[in-house]
Amino acid sequence: MANEVVDHGRRRFLTATTAVVGGVGVVAAVVPFIKSWEPSARAKAAGAPVTVDISAIEAGQKVTFAWRSLPVFVVNRTKDQLAQLPGLEPRLLDPKSTDPDQQPKYAQNEVRSLKPEWLVVIGLCTHLGCVPDFVPDIKPEPFDANWKGGFYCPCHKSRYDLAGRVFSGVPAPKNLPVPPYHFVDDTHIQIGVDPQEAG
Amino acid sequence: MAKAMARLGNWFTERAPGLMPMYRAHMTEYYAPKNFNLWYYFGSLAILVLVNQIVTGIFLTMNYKTSALEAFNSVEYIMRDVEWGWLIRYMHSTGASLFFVVVFLHMFRGIMYGSFKRPRELVWILGMLIFLVLMAEAFMGYVLPWGNMSFWGAKVIISLFGTIPYIGHALVEWIMGDFLPADATLNRFFALHVIALPLVLLLLVVLHIAALHEVGSNNPDGNDVKHGPKGNRWDANKPADGIPFHPYYTVKDLVGVGFFLMIAAFIIFFAPTFGGWFLEHDNFTPANNLVTPSHIKPSWYFTPFYAILRMIPSYFGTAIWGVLGMFGAILLLALLPWLDRGEVRSVRYRGLGFRIALGVLVVSFLALGMVGAGVTAELIPEWFPSADVTTWENAFGRLMVLGYFGFFIFLWVYTHFGFEKTKPVPERVTTHD
Repeated sequence: MANEVVDHGRRRFLTATTAVVGGVGVVAAVVPFIKSWEPSARAKAAGAPVTVDISAIEAGQKVTFAWRSLPVFVVNRTKDQLAQLPGLEPRLLDPKSTDPDQQPKYAQNEVRSLKPEWLVVIGLCTHLGCVPDFVPDIKPEPFDANWKGGFYCPCHKSRYDLAGRVFSGVPAPKNLPVPPYHFVDDTHIQIGVDPQEAG
Repeated sequence: MAKAMARLGNWFTERAPGLMPMYRAHMTEYYAPKNFNLWYYFGSLAILVLVNQIVTGIFLTMNYKTSALEAFNSVEYIMRDVEWGWLIRYMHSTGASLFFVVVFLHMFRGIMYGSFKRPRELVWILGMLIFLVLMAEAFMGYVLPWGNMSFWGAKVIISLFGTIPYIGHALVEWIMGDFLPADATLNRFFALHVIALPLVLLLLVVLHIAALHEVGSNNPDGNDVKHGPKGNRWDANKPADGIPFHPYYTVKDLVGVGFFLMIAAFIIFFAPTFGGWFLEHDNFTPANNLVTPSHIKPSWYFTPFYAILRMIPSYFGTAIWGVLGMFGAILLLALLPWLDRGEVRSVRYRGLGFRIALGVLVVSFLALGMVGAGVTAELIPEWFPSADVTTWENAFGRLMVLGYFGFFIFLWVYTHFGFEKTKPVPERVTTHD
């Protein structure tokens, strides 16, 4: 036995198979460590989507809901308010909502929403994060003689229209962000889930 | 006493016969070129700062609390209530900035004197890896105080990975361990900052020095001392233009250490925030996910790369080009040994084109730093009140991006097609006796 010639093919085969099996083991052992970096069950629960009832929101009214500890404005816009939106475009910074970070693709339209009357935006001024006031009436205001309804930030006088689009010449640099959301049925929306994800 | 010391020495030599030869090979019998100038201080200074960061860092962890709720207050506790805590913290924060000052100058030396060229490519690559780890280390350390700039800086930097198609969104959540920078993010950054990355950094530094000592140091003349004439006053077979690292360069480096410590002490005692450059004003308020700082900008040492990111616009509906440009800026540096085909190493004997290009690289790097830090956005309205800030900032910034990348393209064309007219390189270093 001891004097037999070394079988190199057999030795190579054994080396290769040992390396492969060992490599598979290492990869398998790495998986738990990689997975441990994913959001934990607690983080997922805290960031879970919320489903809200919008049936009680009357035309022209705004209600604020909490999602991931952010204030989400839901506004039921009237026909009259919607009619003002196209005329405001020359006075806006980004009237066509070109910044892809500020809304999902399905809200990149004239009214920045899935259904024209329902506006869903995160109610934090894109300047320094104050919560803007809801000033819906189409009438002259102290801060704007030609006011067509929208949001007014009391901190540094940034103004947004009723689609959350920011005016030119104010400190805020971007439109109010639209969170991912979809309609569960006619009276409920789920904030935090895109329509495609909901299926 | 002397006898006892000698016996102790013998005791070690018998049990570890390799120790003394190793000491000799790297210290007393490592022959470095005798013409090192001021630019050769920054390697040893980088080691000094690394030691400072490790020692002060260990002491900071003794009072720092790794929790989104407590981190900010624990840093203030170190600053106000811990005996000498303010000094230890300022030594660490100032050390971080000076680390980059020293490393940038060290890298510039390498480019200027061609230290990255054959046969030192591996030294250069290991150095670039050190630079990458150092940037990750600095970024994560910056997040730990959990000030508002920590939070938003982390958010912006991590969001860069979100530009990667398909996997970007999931990758961002994986890095943060939550849907925005949170307790989980802070804890994993702490683990990486205090143990994982320092271990990698130390290993790379050892390899960097080992690789250097294998091939021998370059010098301001860029000639090959190791393969030049032999025979110096210590050894007939060693380079004529070499002197032992110890005691000659250890003593020289001590002079540099003295100067460096004076500068460092001045900053630590009189200007620890350095006017908002070393410690940003917005980071003295606690992290708040509802309030964005008016200007989110990274620490000064990232600003040139951040400017490249900002200056490259989105195409085809994705912002990934800026991210690629930013990482490409670092990758191109790492590829220098293969981009630069010139045979002559040192700027002293290289063509005029190289000298001009090197100047352009330095100017564009500094100018990009100004753009990234928001200095140009402040100066433009001050100097040209009627100018449109964004238009002019973009025009200036993009010109500087061209200058930075232009250096590498020019250098390849210049050396590959033989446009460079070099001067003859002397056989001995110019200061030989």
